[in-house]
Amino acid sequence: MESVFKLENVKKIYKNEGKEFTALEDVSLEIHEGEIFGIIGMSGAGKSTLVRTLNRLEDISSGSVSFYGQELSGLKAGEIRKIRRQIAMIFQSFNLLNQRSVLDNVMQPLRIAGVKRSERKEKALEMLRVVGLEEKRSQYPTRLSGGQRQRVAIARALAGDPKVLLCDEATSALDPRMTEEILDLLKEINRSRKLTIVIITHEMSVVEKICDRVAIIDKGRLAEVGEVKEIFRTPKSAAAKKLVFPSNPFDPSDKDSRLIRIAFDGLEASRPFIAELVEKTGKKVNILSANTKSVGGIGYGQMVVELPEGAEDQDIVINFFKDNGLSLQEVER
Amino acid sequence: MSAYIIETIQRGIIETIEMTFFASVFAYIIGLPLGILLYATSGGRILENRPVNFIAGLLVNVCRSLPFLILLVLLIPFTRFVTGSSIGTVASIVPLTVGAIPIVARMVESSLNEVSPGIIEAATSMGASPLYIIIHFILPEAAPSLLLGGAINIATVLGYSAMAGVIGGGGLGAIALQYGYYRYQKDVLWTTVTILVIMVMLIQEGGNLIAKKTRK
Repeated sequence: MESVFKLENVKKIYKNEGKEFTALEDVSLEIHEGEIFGIIGMSGAGKSTLVRTLNRLEDISSGSVSFYGQELSGLKAGEIRKIRRQIAMIFQSFNLLNQRSVLDNVMQPLRIAGVKRSERKEKALEMLRVVGLEEKRSQYPTRLSGGQRQRVAIARALAGDPKVLLCDEATSALDPRMTEEILDLLKEINRSRKLTIVIITHEMSVVEKICDRVAIIDKGRLAEVGEVKEIFRTPKSAAAKKLVFPSNPFDPSDKDSRLIRIAFDGLEASRPFIAELVEKTGKKVNILSANTKSVGGIGYGQMVVELPEGAEDQDIVINFFKDNGLSLQEVER
Repeated sequence: MSAYIIETIQRGIIETIEMTFFASVFAYIIGLPLGILLYATSGGRILENRPVNFIAGLLVNVCRSLPFLILLVLLIPFTRFVTGSSIGTVASIVPLTVGAIPIVARMVESSLNEVSPGIIEAATSMGASPLYIIIHFILPEAAPSLLLGGAINIATVLGYSAMAGVIGGGGLGAIALQYGYYRYQKDVLWTTVTILVIMVMLIQEGGNLIAKKTRK
Protein backbone atom coordinates (compact mmCIF):
# COMPACT_ATOMS: atom_id res chain seq x y z
CA MET A 1 0.00 0.00 0.00
CA GLU A 2 1.36 3.39 -0.95
CA SER A 3 1.85 5.82 1.87
CA VAL A 4 0.37 9.29 1.49
CA PHE A 5 2.09 10.87 4.45
CA LYS A 6 5.23 9.67 6.14
CA LEU A 7 6.34 11.32 9.35
CA GLU A 8 9.73 10.59 10.85
CA ASN A 9 10.79 11.77 14.30
CA VAL A 10 8.73 14.93 13.98
CA LYS A 11 9.43 17.48 16.66
CA LYS A 12 7.77 20.84 17.10
CA ILE A 13 8.85 23.44 19.62
CA TYR A 14 6.99 26.71 20.08
CA LYS A 15 9.04 29.64 21.28
CA ASN A 16 7.17 32.36 23.06
CA GLU A 17 8.96 35.22 24.81
CA GLY A 18 12.02 33.10 25.48
CA LYS A 19 9.99 30.19 26.86
CA GLU A 20 9.98 26.92 24.96
CA PHE A 21 7.06 24.57 24.70
CA THR A 22 7.36 21.16 23.06
CA ALA A 23 4.12 20.46 21.20
CA LEU A 24 5.30 17.33 19.38
CA GLU A 25 8.13 14.98 20.27
CA ASP A 26 9.49 12.12 18.19
CA VAL A 27 6.31 11.37 16.23
CA SER A 28 6.74 8.79 13.46
CA LEU A 29 3.84 7.37 11.53
CA GLU A 30 2.57 6.53 8.07
CA ILE A 31 -0.82 7.22 6.57
CA HIS A 32 -1.78 4.88 3.75
CA GLU A 33 -3.64 5.65 0.57
CA GLY A 34 -7.40 5.14 0.75
CA GLU A 35 -7.70 4.71 4.50
CA ILE A 36 -9.50 6.78 7.09
CA PHE A 37 -6.85 7.55 9.65
CA GLY A 38 -7.81 8.90 13.04
CA ILE A 39 -5.62 11.00 15.30
CA ILE A 40 -7.06 11.13 18.77
CA GLY A 41 -5.97 12.79 21.97
CA MET A 42 -7.08 15.03 24.79
CA SER A 43 -7.18 18.76 24.14
CA GLY A 44 -3.67 20.17 24.24
CA ALA A 45 -2.15 16.80 23.33
CA GLY A 46 -0.75 18.23 20.10
CA LYS A 47 -3.10 16.66 17.57
CA SER A 48 -4.08 19.97 15.93
CA THR A 49 -0.40 20.85 15.60
CA LEU A 50 0.27 17.41 14.16
CA VAL A 51 -2.36 17.71 11.43
CA ARG A 52 -1.05 21.16 10.51
CA THR A 53 2.40 19.75 9.89
CA LEU A 54 0.86 17.62 7.12
CA ASN A 55 0.17 20.65 4.89
CA ARG A 56 2.85 22.77 6.51
CA LEU A 57 0.48 25.22 8.11
CA GLU A 58 2.94 24.55 10.93
CA ASP A 59 6.65 24.25 10.24
CA ILE A 60 8.35 21.48 12.14
CA SER A 61 11.44 22.02 14.30
CA SER A 62 13.14 18.76 13.29
CA GLY A 63 12.39 15.41 11.67
CA SER A 64 10.63 15.05 8.36
CA VAL A 65 7.16 15.07 6.84
CA SER A 66 6.72 13.81 3.32
CA PHE A 67 3.69 13.72 1.05
CA TYR A 68 3.82 10.98 -1.61
CA GLY A 69 7.55 10.79 -1.06
CA GLN A 70 8.09 14.53 -1.35
CA GLU A 71 9.73 16.16 1.63
CA LEU A 72 7.69 19.24 2.62
CA SER A 73 10.12 21.22 4.75
CA GLY A 74 12.48 22.29 1.96
CA LEU A 75 9.82 23.54 -0.44
CA LYS A 76 9.58 27.17 -1.53
CA ALA A 77 6.40 29.19 -0.93
CA GLY A 78 5.09 28.64 -4.46
CA GLU A 79 5.82 24.91 -4.37
CA ILE A 80 4.11 24.32 -1.04
CA ARG A 81 1.04 26.20 -2.33
CA LYS A 82 0.79 23.73 -5.21
CA ILE A 83 1.05 20.80 -2.78
CA ARG A 84 -1.60 22.32 -0.51
CA ARG A 85 -4.08 22.28 -3.40
CA GLN A 86 -3.92 18.47 -3.22
CA ILE A 87 -4.47 18.44 0.54
CA ALA A 88 -7.93 19.77 1.40
CA MET A 89 -8.90 20.66 4.93
CA ILE A 90 -12.10 21.16 6.91
CA PHE A 91 -12.38 22.74 10.34
CA GLN A 92 -14.39 22.73 13.53
CA SER A 93 -15.61 26.28 12.89
CA PHE A 94 -16.25 25.62 9.15
CA ASN A 95 -14.34 28.76 8.11
CA LEU A 96 -16.60 29.63 5.21
CA LEU A 97 -16.76 33.14 3.80
CA ASN A 98 -19.94 34.58 5.32
CA GLN A 99 -20.11 37.37 2.74
CA ARG A 100 -20.13 34.97 -0.20
CA SER A 101 -22.83 32.59 -1.37
CA VAL A 102 -22.57 28.84 -0.93
CA LEU A 103 -21.70 28.42 -4.62
CA ASP A 104 -18.98 31.11 -4.48
CA ASN A 105 -17.50 29.42 -1.42
CA VAL A 106 -17.34 26.06 -3.17
CA MET A 107 -15.74 27.64 -6.26
CA GLN A 108 -12.88 29.19 -4.24
CA PRO A 109 -10.31 26.36 -4.55
CA LEU A 110 -10.98 26.12 -8.30
CA ARG A 111 -10.44 29.83 -8.67
CA ILE A 112 -7.18 29.57 -6.77
CA ALA A 113 -6.11 26.73 -9.06
CA GLY A 114 -6.92 28.91 -12.09
CA VAL A 115 -9.80 26.82 -13.49
CA LYS A 116 -11.96 28.55 -16.11
CA ARG A 117 -15.08 30.35 -14.89
CA SER A 118 -17.64 28.12 -16.63
CA GLU A 119 -15.93 24.92 -15.51
CA ARG A 120 -15.71 26.27 -11.96
CA LYS A 121 -19.45 26.59 -11.69
CA GLU A 122 -20.14 23.19 -13.17
CA LYS A 123 -17.68 21.49 -10.85
CA ALA A 124 -18.93 23.36 -7.78
CA LEU A 125 -22.53 22.37 -8.51
CA GLU A 126 -21.44 18.77 -8.89
CA MET A 127 -19.79 18.91 -5.46
CA LEU A 128 -22.89 20.46 -3.91
CA ARG A 129 -24.85 17.53 -5.33
CA VAL A 130 -22.43 15.12 -3.64
CA VAL A 131 -23.14 16.70 -0.25
CA GLY A 132 -26.86 17.08 -1.01
CA LEU A 133 -27.04 20.88 -0.87
CA GLU A 134 -27.50 21.86 -4.51
CA GLU A 135 -30.69 23.79 -3.78
CA LYS A 136 -28.85 25.99 -1.24
CA ARG A 137 -26.33 27.28 -3.79
CA SER A 138 -27.41 30.93 -3.67
CA GLN A 139 -27.90 31.01 0.11
CA TYR A 140 -25.35 32.56 2.44
CA PRO A 141 -23.59 30.41 5.06
CA THR A 142 -25.06 32.30 8.03
CA ARG A 143 -28.50 31.10 6.94
CA LEU A 144 -27.48 27.45 7.18
CA SER A 145 -27.35 25.08 10.14
CA GLY A 146 -24.00 23.86 11.49
CA GLY A 147 -24.34 20.52 9.73
CA GLN A 148 -25.16 22.20 6.43
CA ARG A 149 -22.21 24.57 6.79
CA GLN A 150 -19.89 21.62 7.32
CA ARG A 151 -21.36 20.00 4.21
CA VAL A 152 -20.59 23.16 2.24
CA ALA A 153 -17.07 23.06 3.65
CA ILE A 154 -16.76 19.43 2.52
CA ALA A 155 -18.02 20.37 -0.97
CA ARG A 156 -15.45 23.18 -1.04
CA ALA A 157 -12.73 20.79 0.09
CA LEU A 158 -13.61 18.25 -2.61
CA ALA A 159 -13.92 20.80 -5.43
CA GLY A 160 -10.20 20.92 -6.12
CA ASP A 161 -9.97 17.12 -6.51
CA PRO A 162 -7.63 16.67 -3.55
CA LYS A 163 -5.73 13.49 -2.79
CA VAL A 164 -6.31 13.78 0.95
CA LEU A 165 -8.88 15.40 3.19
CA LEU A 166 -7.78 16.60 6.62
CA CYS A 167 -10.58 17.01 9.16
CA ASP A 168 -9.70 19.09 12.20
CA GLU A 169 -12.37 18.37 14.84
CA ALA A 170 -14.88 18.62 12.01
CA THR A 171 -17.80 17.29 14.06
CA SER A 172 -16.94 18.77 17.45
CA ALA A 173 -19.25 21.76 17.02
CA LEU A 174 -22.19 19.62 15.88
CA ASP A 175 -24.95 17.83 17.75
CA PRO A 176 -24.95 13.98 17.78
CA ARG A 177 -27.35 13.63 14.87
CA MET A 178 -25.45 16.00 12.61
CA THR A 179 -22.18 14.38 13.68
CA GLU A 180 -23.60 11.07 12.54
CA GLU A 181 -24.65 12.56 9.18
CA ILE A 182 -21.27 14.15 8.54
CA LEU A 183 -19.40 10.97 9.47
CA ASP A 184 -21.63 8.92 7.16
CA LEU A 185 -20.94 11.41 4.38
CA LEU A 186 -17.17 11.22 4.97
CA LYS A 187 -17.29 7.42 4.91
CA GLU A 188 -19.29 7.51 1.70
CA ILE A 189 -16.81 9.91 0.09
CA ASN A 190 -13.91 7.74 1.24
CA ARG A 191 -15.47 4.69 -0.40
CA SER A 192 -16.80 6.21 -3.62
CA ARG A 193 -13.89 8.55 -4.38
CA LYS A 194 -11.10 6.47 -2.82
CA LEU A 195 -10.14 9.57 -0.90
CA THR A 196 -7.66 9.27 1.95
CA ILE A 197 -9.09 10.97 5.03
CA VAL A 198 -7.26 12.07 8.18
CA ILE A 199 -9.53 12.79 11.13
CA ILE A 200 -8.49 14.70 14.22
CA THR A 201 -10.80 14.24 17.15
CA HIS A 202 -11.02 13.95 20.91
CA GLU A 203 -14.00 11.61 20.73
CA MET A 204 -13.43 7.86 20.62
CA SER A 205 -16.93 7.40 19.17
CA VAL A 206 -15.83 9.21 15.97
CA VAL A 207 -12.82 6.94 15.60
CA GLU A 208 -14.86 3.81 16.30
CA LYS A 209 -17.47 4.78 13.77
CA ILE A 210 -15.39 5.44 10.69
CA CYS A 211 -11.62 5.09 11.13
CA ASP A 212 -9.60 2.15 9.88
CA ARG A 213 -6.49 2.95 11.86
CA VAL A 214 -5.84 5.35 14.68
CA ALA A 215 -2.92 7.11 16.31
CA ILE A 216 -3.23 8.09 19.94
CA ILE A 217 -1.38 11.25 20.87
CA ASP A 218 -0.58 11.94 24.49
CA LYS A 219 1.36 15.00 25.64
CA GLY A 220 2.91 15.50 22.21
CA ARG A 221 4.05 11.91 21.85
CA LEU A 222 2.64 9.02 19.89
CA ALA A 223 1.26 6.67 22.55
CA GLU A 224 -0.03 3.98 20.23
CA VAL A 225 -0.90 3.43 16.61
CA GLY A 226 -2.76 0.59 14.95
CA GLU A 227 -6.02 -0.83 13.66
CA VAL A 228 -9.01 0.58 15.49
CA LYS A 229 -10.44 -2.85 16.33
CA GLU A 230 -7.07 -4.03 17.66
CA ILE A 231 -6.76 -1.00 19.90
CA PHE A 232 -10.34 -1.40 21.03
CA ARG A 233 -9.74 -5.05 21.87
CA THR A 234 -6.36 -4.72 23.54
CA PRO A 235 -5.32 -1.16 24.27
CA LYS A 236 -1.73 -1.15 25.51
CA SER A 237 -0.85 2.39 26.49
CA ALA A 238 -2.42 4.20 29.43
CA ALA A 239 -3.73 6.89 27.05
CA ALA A 240 -5.44 4.29 24.87
CA LYS A 241 -7.00 2.56 27.87
CA LYS A 242 -8.32 5.86 29.10
CA LEU A 243 -10.00 6.46 25.76
CA VAL A 244 -11.34 2.97 25.22
CA PHE A 245 -12.45 1.84 28.68
CA PRO A 246 -15.92 2.85 29.84
CA SER A 247 -15.63 6.27 31.43
CA ASN A 248 -18.18 5.74 34.20
CA PRO A 249 -18.44 2.12 35.43
CA PHE A 250 -20.56 1.39 38.47
CA ASP A 251 -18.72 1.43 41.80
CA PRO A 252 -17.57 -2.08 42.84
CA SER A 253 -19.00 -3.56 46.05
CA ASP A 254 -15.54 -3.82 47.60
CA LYS A 255 -13.08 -1.04 46.95
CA ASP A 256 -10.09 -3.41 46.96
CA SER A 257 -11.52 -6.04 44.63
CA ARG A 258 -9.99 -6.91 41.26
CA LEU A 259 -11.68 -5.52 38.16
CA ILE A 260 -11.20 -6.80 34.65
CA ARG A 261 -12.39 -5.52 31.31
CA ILE A 262 -13.62 -8.08 28.81
CA ALA A 263 -13.73 -7.13 25.14
CA PHE A 264 -15.50 -9.24 22.55
CA ASP A 265 -16.21 -8.91 18.87
CA GLY A 266 -19.25 -9.72 16.77
CA LEU A 267 -18.95 -13.51 17.10
CA GLU A 268 -18.79 -13.77 20.87
CA ALA A 269 -21.29 -10.97 21.35
CA SER A 270 -24.12 -13.37 20.72
CA ARG A 271 -23.03 -15.90 23.36
CA PRO A 272 -24.41 -15.76 26.93
CA PHE A 273 -20.97 -16.36 28.42
CA ILE A 274 -21.67 -14.91 31.87
CA ALA A 275 -24.50 -17.40 32.27
CA GLU A 276 -22.17 -20.14 31.00
CA LEU A 277 -19.56 -19.08 33.54
CA VAL A 278 -21.99 -19.56 36.41
CA GLU A 279 -23.30 -22.80 34.97
CA LYS A 280 -19.93 -24.40 34.33
CA THR A 281 -17.75 -23.08 37.15
CA GLY A 282 -20.24 -22.02 39.78
CA LYS A 283 -18.32 -18.73 40.22
CA LYS A 284 -20.05 -15.37 40.05
CA VAL A 285 -18.93 -11.97 38.85
CA ASN A 286 -20.45 -8.55 39.46
CA ILE A 287 -21.09 -6.57 36.22
CA LEU A 288 -20.16 -2.90 36.65
CA SER A 289 -20.50 -1.73 33.07
CA ALA A 290 -21.53 -3.37 29.83
CA ASN A 291 -22.23 -2.13 26.35
CA THR A 292 -22.01 -3.11 22.73
CA LYS A 293 -21.37 -0.85 19.81
CA SER A 294 -20.33 -0.84 16.24
CA VAL A 295 -16.59 -0.43 15.65
CA GLY A 296 -15.64 -0.16 12.01
CA GLY A 297 -18.96 -1.74 11.11
CA ILE A 298 -18.56 -4.82 13.35
CA GLY A 299 -20.46 -5.23 16.62
CA TYR A 300 -18.10 -4.90 19.54
CA GLY A 301 -18.80 -5.11 23.21
CA GLN A 302 -17.02 -4.53 26.44
CA MET A 303 -17.82 -5.31 30.00
CA VAL A 304 -16.17 -4.40 33.29
CA VAL A 305 -16.67 -7.07 35.94
CA GLU A 306 -15.66 -7.36 39.56
CA LEU A 307 -14.01 -10.72 40.27
CA PRO A 308 -14.89 -12.85 43.27
CA GLU A 309 -12.60 -12.80 46.30
CA GLY A 310 -9.74 -15.29 46.56
CA ALA A 311 -6.95 -15.77 44.06
CA GLU A 312 -8.03 -19.31 43.23
CA ASP A 313 -11.58 -18.32 42.28
CA GLN A 314 -10.25 -15.40 40.27
CA ASP A 315 -7.97 -17.68 38.27
CA ILE A 316 -10.87 -20.00 37.49
CA VAL A 317 -12.94 -17.09 36.13
CA ILE A 318 -10.05 -15.61 34.15
CA ASN A 319 -9.14 -18.94 32.62
CA PHE A 320 -12.76 -19.56 31.67
CA PHE A 321 -12.90 -16.27 29.76
CA LYS A 322 -9.50 -16.81 28.15
CA ASP A 323 -10.43 -20.32 27.04
CA ASN A 324 -13.47 -18.84 25.36
CA GLY A 325 -11.33 -16.44 23.33
CA LEU A 326 -12.17 -13.19 25.06
CA SER A 327 -9.64 -10.37 25.46
CA LEU A 328 -9.05 -9.43 29.08
CA GLN A 329 -7.38 -6.48 30.73
CA GLU A 330 -6.91 -5.46 34.30
CA VAL A 331 -8.65 -2.22 35.16
CA GLU A 332 -6.39 -0.13 37.34
CA ARG A 333 -7.98 2.04 39.96
CA MET B 1 -31.32 86.54 5.23
CA SER B 2 -30.57 88.32 1.99
CA ALA B 3 -30.70 86.59 -1.38
CA TYR B 4 -26.91 87.06 -1.60
CA ILE B 5 -26.36 85.12 1.65
CA ILE B 6 -28.70 82.34 0.56
CA GLU B 7 -26.80 82.01 -2.72
CA THR B 8 -23.52 81.97 -0.80
CA ILE B 9 -24.75 79.20 1.47
CA GLN B 10 -25.90 77.18 -1.55
CA ARG B 11 -22.47 77.54 -3.11
CA GLY B 12 -20.95 76.62 0.26
CA ILE B 13 -22.91 73.37 0.38
CA ILE B 14 -21.61 72.37 -3.05
CA GLU B 15 -18.05 73.30 -2.11
CA THR B 16 -18.27 71.31 1.11
CA ILE B 17 -19.55 68.29 -0.80
CA GLU B 18 -16.74 68.67 -3.35
CA MET B 19 -14.04 68.93 -0.69
CA THR B 20 -15.42 66.04 1.33
CA PHE B 21 -15.88 63.82 -1.69
CA PHE B 22 -12.49 64.34 -3.31
CA ALA B 23 -10.55 64.35 -0.03
CA SER B 24 -12.27 61.10 1.00
CA VAL B 25 -11.58 59.45 -2.35
CA PHE B 26 -7.90 60.45 -2.32
CA ALA B 27 -7.57 59.52 1.36
CA TYR B 28 -8.88 56.02 0.59
CA ILE B 29 -6.66 55.63 -2.48
CA ILE B 30 -3.65 55.94 -0.17
CA GLY B 31 -5.16 55.02 3.20
CA LEU B 32 -6.70 51.69 2.15
CA PRO B 33 -3.42 50.13 0.93
CA LEU B 34 -1.65 51.65 3.94
CA GLY B 35 -4.23 50.10 6.28
CA ILE B 36 -3.82 46.74 4.55
CA LEU B 37 -0.04 47.06 4.94
CA LEU B 38 -0.39 47.86 8.65
CA TYR B 39 -2.64 44.83 9.08
CA ALA B 40 -0.74 42.32 6.98
CA THR B 41 2.73 43.12 8.35
CA SER B 42 1.76 43.09 12.03
CA GLY B 43 2.78 40.21 14.31
CA GLY B 44 1.27 36.83 13.43
CA ARG B 45 -0.33 38.04 10.18
CA ILE B 46 0.24 36.69 6.70
CA LEU B 47 3.05 39.07 5.71
CA GLU B 48 4.53 39.63 9.17
CA ASN B 49 7.37 42.13 8.85
CA ARG B 50 8.43 44.04 11.92
CA PRO B 51 10.52 46.82 10.31
CA VAL B 52 7.88 47.66 7.69
CA ASN B 53 5.12 47.57 10.28
CA PHE B 54 7.12 49.77 12.64
CA ILE B 55 7.85 52.42 10.02
CA ALA B 56 4.29 52.50 8.66
CA GLY B 57 2.90 52.62 12.18
CA LEU B 58 5.24 55.42 13.19
CA LEU B 59 4.32 57.49 10.13
CA VAL B 60 0.61 57.07 10.79
CA ASN B 61 0.96 57.87 14.49
CA VAL B 62 2.98 61.03 13.88
CA CYS B 63 0.48 62.32 11.31
CA ARG B 64 -2.46 61.46 13.51
CA SER B 65 -1.09 63.18 16.57
CA LEU B 66 -0.78 66.55 14.78
CA PRO B 67 -3.85 68.70 15.39
CA PHE B 68 -5.55 69.28 12.05
CA LEU B 69 -5.30 73.05 12.33
CA ILE B 70 -1.51 72.80 12.73
CA LEU B 71 -1.36 70.38 9.79
CA LEU B 72 -3.27 72.90 7.67
CA VAL B 73 -0.63 75.56 8.32
CA LEU B 74 2.34 73.21 8.01
CA LEU B 75 1.12 71.95 4.67
CA ILE B 76 0.69 75.38 3.03
CA PRO B 77 3.95 75.15 0.99
CA PHE B 78 3.08 71.60 -0.11
CA THR B 79 -0.46 72.61 -1.03
CA ARG B 80 0.85 75.53 -3.09
CA PHE B 81 3.25 73.16 -4.83
CA VAL B 82 0.49 70.67 -5.70
CA THR B 83 -2.40 72.99 -6.64
CA GLY B 84 -0.61 76.27 -7.35
CA SER B 85 -2.53 78.06 -4.61
CA SER B 86 -3.04 77.75 -0.89
CA ILE B 87 -6.55 79.17 -0.65
CA GLY B 88 -9.90 78.03 -1.97
CA THR B 89 -11.81 74.79 -2.27
CA VAL B 90 -9.32 72.90 -4.43
CA ALA B 91 -6.41 73.85 -2.20
CA SER B 92 -8.25 72.62 0.90
CA ILE B 93 -8.51 69.14 -0.57
CA VAL B 94 -4.75 68.64 -0.11
CA PRO B 95 -4.54 69.07 3.69
CA LEU B 96 -7.88 67.33 4.11
CA THR B 97 -6.54 64.29 2.27
CA VAL B 98 -3.27 64.26 4.20
CA GLY B 99 -5.14 64.63 7.48
CA ALA B 100 -7.58 61.83 6.65
CA ILE B 101 -5.03 59.24 5.39
CA PRO B 102 -3.83 58.07 8.82
CA ILE B 103 -7.37 57.94 10.16
CA VAL B 104 -8.49 55.87 7.17
CA ALA B 105 -5.47 53.59 7.52
CA ARG B 106 -6.15 52.85 11.20
CA MET B 107 -9.85 52.34 10.55
CA VAL B 108 -9.10 49.88 7.72
CA GLU B 109 -6.58 48.06 9.91
CA SER B 110 -9.11 47.68 12.69
CA SER B 111 -11.79 46.38 10.30
CA LEU B 112 -9.41 43.79 8.88
CA ASN B 113 -8.42 42.68 12.37
CA GLU B 114 -12.00 41.56 12.91
CA VAL B 115 -11.74 38.91 10.16
CA SER B 116 -11.62 35.45 11.72
CA PRO B 117 -8.12 33.89 11.59
CA GLY B 118 -9.85 30.61 10.70
CA ILE B 119 -10.86 32.00 7.32
CA ILE B 120 -7.25 32.96 6.60
CA GLU B 121 -6.09 29.52 7.67
CA ALA B 122 -8.68 27.91 5.37
CA ALA B 123 -7.48 30.08 2.47
CA THR B 124 -3.85 29.18 3.20
CA SER B 125 -4.74 25.49 3.29
CA MET B 126 -6.27 25.87 -0.20
CA GLY B 127 -2.92 27.02 -1.51
CA ALA B 128 -3.78 30.71 -1.97
CA SER B 129 -1.00 33.31 -2.04
CA PRO B 130 -0.97 36.11 0.57
CA LEU B 131 -2.09 38.68 -2.02
CA TYR B 132 -4.93 36.43 -3.17
CA ILE B 133 -5.99 35.91 0.44
CA ILE B 134 -6.11 39.66 1.04
CA ILE B 135 -8.12 40.40 -2.10
CA HIS B 136 -10.49 37.42 -2.18
CA PHE B 137 -10.87 36.44 1.46
CA ILE B 138 -10.00 39.23 3.88
CA LEU B 139 -11.39 42.28 2.06
CA PRO B 140 -14.78 40.73 1.13
CA GLU B 141 -15.19 39.36 4.62
CA ALA B 142 -14.40 42.77 6.13
CA ALA B 143 -16.60 44.67 3.65
CA PRO B 144 -19.51 45.57 6.00
CA SER B 145 -17.08 46.78 8.65
CA LEU B 146 -15.05 48.73 6.05
CA LEU B 147 -18.22 50.48 4.86
CA LEU B 148 -19.19 51.49 8.39
CA GLY B 149 -15.66 52.82 8.92
CA GLY B 150 -16.03 54.64 5.61
CA ALA B 151 -19.10 56.53 6.85
CA ILE B 152 -17.24 57.58 10.01
CA ASN B 153 -14.25 58.71 7.97
CA ILE B 154 -16.30 60.75 5.52
CA ALA B 155 -18.13 62.46 8.39
CA THR B 156 -14.74 63.25 9.97
CA VAL B 157 -13.46 64.74 6.68
CA LEU B 158 -16.62 66.85 6.50
CA GLY B 159 -15.92 68.16 9.98
CA TYR B 160 -12.30 68.93 9.04
CA SER B 161 -13.45 70.70 5.87
CA ALA B 162 -15.24 73.24 8.05
CA MET B 163 -11.92 73.96 9.77
CA ALA B 164 -10.23 74.63 6.44
CA GLY B 165 -12.22 77.90 6.38
CA VAL B 166 -9.73 79.30 8.88
CA ILE B 167 -6.89 79.42 6.35
CA GLY B 168 -9.00 80.53 3.43
CA GLY B 169 -10.62 77.30 2.31
CA GLY B 170 -14.15 77.37 0.92
CA GLY B 171 -17.33 75.67 1.95
CA LEU B 172 -19.81 76.03 4.78
CA GLY B 173 -17.10 76.28 7.42
CA ALA B 174 -15.66 79.39 5.81
CA ILE B 175 -19.13 80.98 5.60
CA ALA B 176 -19.87 80.23 9.26
CA LEU B 177 -16.56 81.79 10.20
CA GLN B 178 -16.76 84.88 8.00
CA TYR B 179 -20.43 85.84 8.34
CA GLY B 180 -21.42 84.15 11.57
CA TYR B 181 -18.34 84.72 13.67
CA TYR B 182 -16.49 87.78 12.30
CA ARG B 183 -19.70 89.69 11.37
CA TYR B 184 -21.91 88.51 14.22
CA GLN B 185 -24.63 87.22 11.88
CA LYS B 186 -26.05 84.61 14.25
CA ASP B 187 -28.69 83.43 11.75
CA VAL B 188 -25.98 82.58 9.19
CA LEU B 189 -23.93 80.83 11.84
CA TRP B 190 -26.84 78.63 12.99
CA THR B 191 -28.04 77.92 9.45
CA THR B 192 -24.64 76.66 8.33
CA VAL B 193 -24.13 74.67 11.53
CA THR B 194 -27.57 73.05 11.08
CA ILE B 195 -26.76 72.15 7.48
CA LEU B 196 -23.44 70.60 8.56
CA VAL B 197 -25.18 68.55 11.26
CA ILE B 198 -27.75 67.30 8.72
CA MET B 199 -24.99 66.38 6.26
CA VAL B 200 -23.08 64.39 8.90
CA MET B 201 -26.27 62.59 9.88
CA LEU B 202 -27.08 61.73 6.27
CA ILE B 203 -23.58 60.32 5.72
CA GLN B 204 -23.70 58.27 8.91
CA GLU B 205 -27.19 56.90 8.35
CA GLY B 206 -26.47 56.21 4.68
CA GLY B 207 -23.31 54.34 5.67
CA ASN B 208 -25.17 52.31 8.29
CA LEU B 209 -27.84 51.39 5.78
CA ILE B 210 -25.37 50.27 3.10
CA ALA B 211 -23.32 48.30 5.63
CA LYS B 212 -26.43 46.58 6.91
CA LYS B 213 -27.51 45.66 3.39
CA THR B 214 -24.07 44.28 2.61
CA ARG B 215 -23.85 42.12 5.72
CA LYS B 216 -25.14 38.69 4.84
